[in-house]
Amino acid sequence: MEPEPRKSVASEDGTATPAANEAAGERADSSSLALKGREVVRSVDPAKFSQISRRELLKVAPVLGLGIFAVPKVQQALLKKGLGFSDWASARLFRRGHHAVTYADADLTPVDQFPINDYDVDDPGVNLENWTLTVSGALQKPGEYRLEQVQALPKFRQNTRHVCVEGWDVIGRFGGARFSDFLNMIGADTSASYITLACADDYYESLDMATALHPQTLLCYEMYDRPLTREHGAPLRLSVPTKIGYKQAKYLTALTVTNVLSGKVGYWEDQGYSSFYGL
Amino acid sequence: MSSTILEIIRTKGDETESVGRAAYEHPLLVRWCHWVNAVSLFVLVGSGLQIFRAFPSFGAKIPQNDLLHWPKAFAIGGWLGGALQWHLTFMWIYLASGLVYVAYQIFSGNYGQVLFTHRDIPGVWPMVKHYFFRGGKPPATEPYNALQKHAYTTVIALGVLSVLTGLAIWKPVQFSWLAWLMGGFHWARLWHFLVMWAMLAFVFGHLIMVVLHGWNNFVSMLTGWKKDPEY
Repeated sequence: MEPEPRKSVASEDGTATPAANEAAGERADSSSLALKGREVVRSVDPAKFSQISRRELLKVAPVLGLGIFAVPKVQQALLKKGLGFSDWASARLFRRGHHAVTYADADLTPVDQFPINDYDVDDPGVNLENWTLTVSGALQKPGEYRLEQVQALPKFRQNTRHVCVEGWDVIGRFGGARFSDFLNMIGADTSASYITLACADDYYESLDMATALHPQTLLCYEMYDRPLTREHGAPLRLSVPTKIGYKQAKYLTALTVTNVLSGKVGYWEDQGYSSFYGL
Repeated sequence: MSSTILEIIRTKGDETESVGRAAYEHPLLVRWCHWVNAVSLFVLVGSGLQIFRAFPSFGAKIPQNDLLHWPKAFAIGGWLGGALQWHLTFMWIYLASGLVYVAYQIFSGNYGQVLFTHRDIPGVWPMVKHYFFRGGKPPATEPYNALQKHAYTTVIALGVLSVLTGLAIWKPVQFSWLAWLMGGFHWARLWHFLVMWAMLAFVFGHLIMVVLHGWNNFVSMLTGWKKDPEY
């Protein structure tokens, strides 16, 4: 394909700007991409060329603004903003009706290869005989709930992927009651924003209400069809396949329905991890 | 492609003498995107390697066989949480610069300068001979030769892949179809890692070529104007 001869935009008044020439070039390009014939569109003296170059160089200077990330005083604030934006986007991307993939029993990671992660001890020494879940906040029936009351709710089992923030992942089998059923039982105000959770080992977590109401979010008391072992969070833990691993709090002891997190989001979150971290 | 060419002339009395030419090769948006992308890619690779340090393997967690121990000195963020902050901040800057760049190239028609198409195929072998087998230099007719176009087109495709593989790792549930396309979360993480190395290979070659092609070539990505182009 022969390119059309190009008109010189400078010939009319001799003062065409690079931008104007560029615009002319774009028009020519749209008719032919294999543009071979080039013409000199304008003549300038060396001083003028230096001036043009300097002006164009200055126009690139705003990119140096990224250097603000190198300023120690504002760096943390900026990164917090970036993380906050990611969390905001994550919450927008979360779809209540969208289920995490469930897997066949053959895909399960063997139970002895399911990692045990704690921030402190494997077994915080929960008294399983007298264990209760203390429920409070924006709900109708606060108080102490026994494990049997959780187990009386319809039971769901699911083989789902557990993804750690470190990068590894396993597929585990989890059984328990839907968190939404429990929230219904305690008369929780589901228009509240968050559920905060306390654990026997001083670990603490929080969930946004939309995630708490997700049908795959379980108050989990079984793994691999056996009662939770102490290392895996006996007697009650969270299984939230739409969240990152550190949200799957173990050894639950208390739950609060609330609209504010009062600065405490979660053990890891408060050290700089993502607050939402939905998968 | 922007192809404005200036003749630089010196006037002495009535006589004018040409002292060189200059071609406007890089529109302002392309230059912005290039440097924003360079900075964000640097941060994303550095913080990505720090994230990788938290689990430097692509196998099972138990037993864990580490692939390599990346030194902390060549990583950004200091710890996993810090690296994630950098990564989750600069991924937006990286994405934005990529989207602006691709949109600009498409709507301005400037993509002809970098896009490798079937028309560039005949130019590949002469350039390979020139670069690797001491062959003569084929005459230049446009800013980029066939191999350059191939490299730039490839790295843009890698950029797209880096975003898609990253999205599959960050949101394997919401974008389960993406993770599925890549063979699942586990594989998506490996692809993300491999795409990074492919991009680093490009950057390595790119920097060598920048040095070999000289000062005028480098300056053109700052001012847009390349002095004394070969075409």
